[in-house]
Amino acid sequence: MAGADDPARRWQQAVLAARLFGLDPAGLGGVVVRAGPGPVGDLWLEELLDSLAPGAPVRRIPVGTSDERLLGGLDLTATLAGGRPVLDRGILAALDGGVALLPLAERLPAGTAARVAGVMDTGMVQLERDGFTARHPTRLGLVLFDEGQESDEAVPEALRQRAAFWIDLDGIALADCLADVPEPDGHGRLPTGDVAGELVEALVHGAVALGVDALTAPLLALRAARAHAALRGSKLVAPVDVATAAGLVLAPRATRIPELPEPEPEAEPPPPEPPPDTDNASDEPPPDTTPPEQDQTLPEELVLEAVAAALPPALLEALRKGARVRARQEPQSSGGGARQAASMRGRPIGARPGHLRSGARIALLETLRAAAPWQALRQRTAPLTDTHAINAASAVRARIQVRPSDIQLRRYARRAESTVIFAVDASGSQAFHRLAEVKGAVELVLADAYAARTQVALIAFRGSAAEMLVPPTRALVRARTLLGALPGGGPTPLAAGLEAARLLAHAEKAKGRSVLVMVLTDGKANIALDGAPGRAQAGADALAAAARLRLAGVTSVLVDSGRFASTEARELALAMGARHVPLPNPRAGTVQMLVTDGLAQAKASAGGPVRSGGGLR
Amino acid sequence: MRPVYPFSAIVGQDEMKRALLVACVEPRIGGVMVFGDRGTGKSTAVRALAQLLPPLKATADCPWHCNPVDDPARCPHCSTHRVPGTRVKAVDFAAPVVDLPLGATEDRVVGALDLERALTRGEKAFEPGLLARADRGFLYIDEVNLLEDHLVDVLLDVAASGENIVEREGLSVRHPARFVLVGSGNPEEGELRPQLLDRFGLSVDVRTPQDIPSRIEVIRRRDAFDRDPKAFLANWQAADAALRNKIIKARKRIDALEPDQDILELISRLCLAIGSDGLRGELTLLRAARALAALDGAKTITATHVREAAPMALRHRLRRNPLDDTGSGARIERALADVMG
Repeated sequence: MAGADDPARRWQQAVLAARLFGLDPAGLGGVVVRAGPGPVGDLWLEELLDSLAPGAPVRRIPVGTSDERLLGGLDLTATLAGGRPVLDRGILAALDGGVALLPLAERLPAGTAARVAGVMDTGMVQLERDGFTARHPTRLGLVLFDEGQESDEAVPEALRQRAAFWIDLDGIALADCLADVPEPDGHGRLPTGDVAGELVEALVHGAVALGVDALTAPLLALRAARAHAALRGSKLVAPVDVATAAGLVLAPRATRIPELPEPEPEAEPPPPEPPPDTDNASDEPPPDTTPPEQDQTLPEELVLEAVAAALPPALLEALRKGARVRARQEPQSSGGGARQAASMRGRPIGARPGHLRSGARIALLETLRAAAPWQALRQRTAPLTDTHAINAASAVRARIQVRPSDIQLRRYARRAESTVIFAVDASGSQAFHRLAEVKGAVELVLADAYAARTQVALIAFRGSAAEMLVPPTRALVRARTLLGALPGGGPTPLAAGLEAARLLAHAEKAKGRSVLVMVLTDGKANIALDGAPGRAQAGADALAAAARLRLAGVTSVLVDSGRFASTEARELALAMGARHVPLPNPRAGTVQMLVTDGLAQAKASAGGPVRSGGGLR
Repeated sequence: MRPVYPFSAIVGQDEMKRALLVACVEPRIGGVMVFGDRGTGKSTAVRALAQLLPPLKATADCPWHCNPVDDPARCPHCSTHRVPGTRVKAVDFAAPVVDLPLGATEDRVVGALDLERALTRGEKAFEPGLLARADRGFLYIDEVNLLEDHLVDVLLDVAASGENIVEREGLSVRHPARFVLVGSGNPEEGELRPQLLDRFGLSVDVRTPQDIPSRIEVIRRRDAFDRDPKAFLANWQAADAALRNKIIKARKRIDALEPDQDILELISRLCLAIGSDGLRGELTLLRAARALAALDGAKTITATHVREAAPMALRHRLRRNPLDDTGSGARIERALADVMG
């Protein structure tokens, strides 16, 4: 059998996922599709659309769709024209029984994701907006296109975890899609009978063996197994369905390599397997991509084998190295309403009631929306002389009367955010000690993060490369989890560490945050940027990387953690334009103080006073 | 109406279930905050309360569903319509469990001008919002950390005062809004504002069950419910009814339960040991322990009830120490061991 990395096989699996999803979009929740722009993604989407029930509604929901469009609300134009409240039902409610396509899902704000997730959980849009109360049954599935290039962009976990399938179309060429994936014999009906106990248990055991904690995973796998049985035209879920479902649903979620049981050809009692296809034995459906297993394997082993065969090689490799596999983190989703959106530069983030004063900007549409219900009343009770009417129309009777209490102000995201990037030398004998103190410092900084609106990221470099251990976050809990296993020891790829810090700093600056890079090292590089050992080249590369960091305009501090303050570290600090602080025994408290100083400097150099948007209190 | 997964069928998660039952018996507990991973049954448990809660008595024709024994002056309807000295006609009224969807606008939460009547007839009438609908029941906010800050503040203020006041352009309404606020959140999505967390009476952490048999049972039941909700509900009806009776009995018993001096001292010492400031911690702990005693049918509040109530009542009142990796639960346990031996 071809390996899990064979593009043609991956394509077949992706098509299979599309067909299963097409049978039960709401039950299976969704598909996360990792794909760059190109014909393969389009081809896959065609397969999906073909497999949907005829007439099922499908709509694209662009990033940045407002709540009014998404959930519905007052239709302003129609209301003003008709003189009675007119409800716009919103996009989601129109998708009952269908599929929402979300391009650029990695940029979906956490708030929007949570609204969609709420609709998926309750199976309806609960509208409580603009004076309307309504319940629209809305059972839908999502197709989330993950086109993220940056490492810190990812599909919001709230939706990702609700999607049964995570497929990756990267690296699949058009030629790989040529082979026909056998068409199923029309749409089967989802089997509704009990699934044999062993099969359910096998999925649960399989999930545990793979280190998949969330119970949504085996539940979605069970539904996928039902869909697979339906695709085969069977009314009973057989081991082959469960195995296929496990490969599609559980394998991409694996966080550890399962211990595969040794094949034992004998002594294993055959599972009380429900006889497949008893109902239409004469009308054998065409085989799907996975040939039905006829062996005596226990369901649990079957699941693990199926998963092992489906594990993507890159994931396997990472798991073998012992690296913590984690879903790419959401780009900073911590905090409540205002804080949430406050991470983006000066973007309008909705409106709220307020008073017009200097610096505040009016949200015109929202203001009209707030004024709309009152029009009939005001036309009757407020004659032209009304001094409250802002629009104080001279001779003409005002069509629309707006009062101060209607005023909605636009809210803008704050720019007061900052990110501290720790780049930590995790090499050599000192690593363990240094990392422990850095961990303490990270937590101290995070403890103040709420008030200070600071995020923390941690890059560790050792061996031949730099690794982002903690992507920018403000969540103490998450950081603590990620900091759990800090590797240490090995040579020093200083240049790689500085490069990683610079790239992250660049990305953070692009989001309008001020950035401070804290480098903790003794400055003794011995791995060049290309990964080759050798002090001379490594030192030169490190200096060059340091210079690039300065050119990027990044404020930095170099904590020299060597036993004696070294020339290398001093030169490095000079090249970086960094403050050089010899600190043979870095303490968490000291590092935190350095961060506070450095941040003040970073904010000052970012230029201009920190501005907060009008109306945001 | 979509069927709702029954409360009794939730596997494990005992602390969360007990905390919600405490709130059913003692609505003055000050709300419940449920923290936990996705798919741990947080929303399921809260939404299931609607089927579990015993029906209430309400004043007939009163749009605010006033309790007939309450002071009519509190209610905009009864204060004008109820004739003193006459008997109030009471009707059964299902205790509300109101879901506050993210994306709700402020006017629908607090109530606003009746759109239809205003536009078509030019009448000024108040249309009650979600706060009014939640009166005498529960108001649930999933992912409370994603709700706009100013809305959360409004909710907490009303929850604390039990009254909602709307003043706008000659529209002046004041109506009772006594509800138990239940919030849920995922710690991975970011921390809750500390000042917000303090205002919840109880706080519980839920985790995905770690033992295999429970995990299998969760999947089995969920699957059975998805396939045939009616049959599933029928199977669990008796269990839910038994639980409902327990709530009814506990509500009758709770007022008779007086803490003795030892219990009061124990509560004070516990709060002192964990360094929770102010009296709110002590009061909440006492009320939770009393509600648990009532639920258990006990004649007195015992140390066992205090021990059970302590984590949920005090967990979020611990002074935060970012360098102490010990979970809040473990720190409460430590304090319990120190104080109770």
